[in-house]
Amino acid sequence: MDLKKDLDAPHSMGTTIIGVTYDGGVVLGADSRTSTGVYVANRASDKITQLTDNVYVCRSGSAADSQIVSDYVRYFLHQHTIQQGQPATVKVAANLVRLLSYNNKDMLQTGMIVGGWDKYNGGKIYGIPLGGTIIEQPFAIGGSGSSYLYGFFDQAWKDGMTKDEAEQLVIKAVSLAIARDGASGGVVRTVIINSEGVSRNFYPGDKLPLWYEELEPQNSLLDILNASSPEPMNIQ
Amino acid sequence: MSKSAVEVPPRCGFSFDLCRRNAMLSEKGVKAPSYRKTGTTIVGLVFQDGVILGADTRATEGPIVCDKNCEKIHYMAPNIYCCGAGTAADTEAVTDMVSSQLQLHRYHTGRESRVITALTLLKKHLFNYQGYVQAALVLGGVDVTGPHLHTIYPHGSTDTLPFATMGSGSLAAMSVFESKYKEGLTRDEGIKIVAEAICSGIFNDLGSGSNVDVCVITKGHKEYLRNHLLPNPRTYVSAKDYSSSKKTEVLLTKITPLKEKVEVVEGGDAMEE
Repeated sequence: MDLKKDLDAPHSMGTTIIGVTYDGGVVLGADSRTSTGVYVANRASDKITQLTDNVYVCRSGSAADSQIVSDYVRYFLHQHTIQQGQPATVKVAANLVRLLSYNNKDMLQTGMIVGGWDKYNGGKIYGIPLGGTIIEQPFAIGGSGSSYLYGFFDQAWKDGMTKDEAEQLVIKAVSLAIARDGASGGVVRTVIINSEGVSRNFYPGDKLPLWYEELEPQNSLLDILNASSPEPMNIQ
Repeated sequence: MSKSAVEVPPRCGFSFDLCRRNAMLSEKGVKAPSYRKTGTTIVGLVFQDGVILGADTRATEGPIVCDKNCEKIHYMAPNIYCCGAGTAADTEAVTDMVSSQLQLHRYHTGRESRVITALTLLKKHLFNYQGYVQAALVLGGVDVTGPHLHTIYPHGSTDTLPFATMGSGSLAAMSVFESKYKEGLTRDEGIKIVAEAICSGIFNDLGSGSNVDVCVITKGHKEYLRNHLLPNPRTYVSAKDYSSSKKTEVLLTKITPLKEKVEVVEGGDAMEE
């Protein structure tokens, strides 16, 4: 393992990102791991970025590229909102992301999922994968962890879910991907957007379901060592 | 890369053709000269009422230590400092450039600089150069919106964190932070953990060494603790001070007065305009 080369590797997000529509809005979800090669550079990062009051984006791929794209789109949407005197629609936001991704496809290594709510079209999810195409979908998954989830979503996604059902689906899916994808990990973050506004939630390891062969999470190795119960490692 | 029939130059941005040529040459075995690098341990953490930054003081050039006591905590603004790892020239240049942009911005607005402004200027520059400006930074400061700590990678991505490490000693330093950091540390506890993290880099990472520099930034106040710890003192210093006891011997003195060589004319015409 060439650790030196890995530490010099570009900062990227081996990721699991998800967007799901439900009756009345959308739920976005993501894990929180960013890595440089084999080193976890940030174990609590936020990959669900705000674009406007009612539109958010899930980022995957190169951290630098996805940050610059979302920074530009946020700036354009701010201008657009002022000029129109009303909030931008999700479609406009997604189209701006597509425009930048497509026009600079040689330079950018980033896939994004744009989700939000507006008064014209309600809750909408748009997937914008690597080449810069745009796809409106009832649900979208992305990042390295998504390959473990296609079958699961084909089975578990239902039309007309409630808000809580949709959020539970997202949490379940991200935790499944975290369990099987080495490049995804940390906590699960969700953003729920509907006509009432936005709510952001955070689910640390001890609030997530345990899957096949997973062990109960421990806060710290020090806690295990200090516990009086049977010692896992006897250090004298 | 797209393969079009005619090679068209990019419409905007920089050309990285020579970088690709250099990569090709080095792949074929041509050795490029090495730059002065700061194989480094740099860290930062947020405490009770501000931010503490820390750095080691070793600069290397390949396997050679070329400066045993360099400064890696750079000034950005009176309330913002920035630790740099990577190529020394690049960290120095990019922090100097942004700090002067911030100074001009302060003259223009008459307000204290914000950490987010410094962050945006730094990441914009680094992104433009697509990772060829090799600067990995830990940016910390206290502004009107409170204490802030960020890490910036050479490709232009940024993170916002309560504690951060960078450089070749980042793994050693992070192990200290992960086991000892908690919210609401006091100033003294914070300095102790930062110094311990840097020491962990100094002793366990070959690229890091020598002394510990610390910078404490609080609201309206900062303290640059240059060489806060000296864990590697010199054990032998020459008593003779390496200087010669004899003064330089004067062998000959000759004075040539100018008057004999030059004809001096008194008065004369005034110079024409």
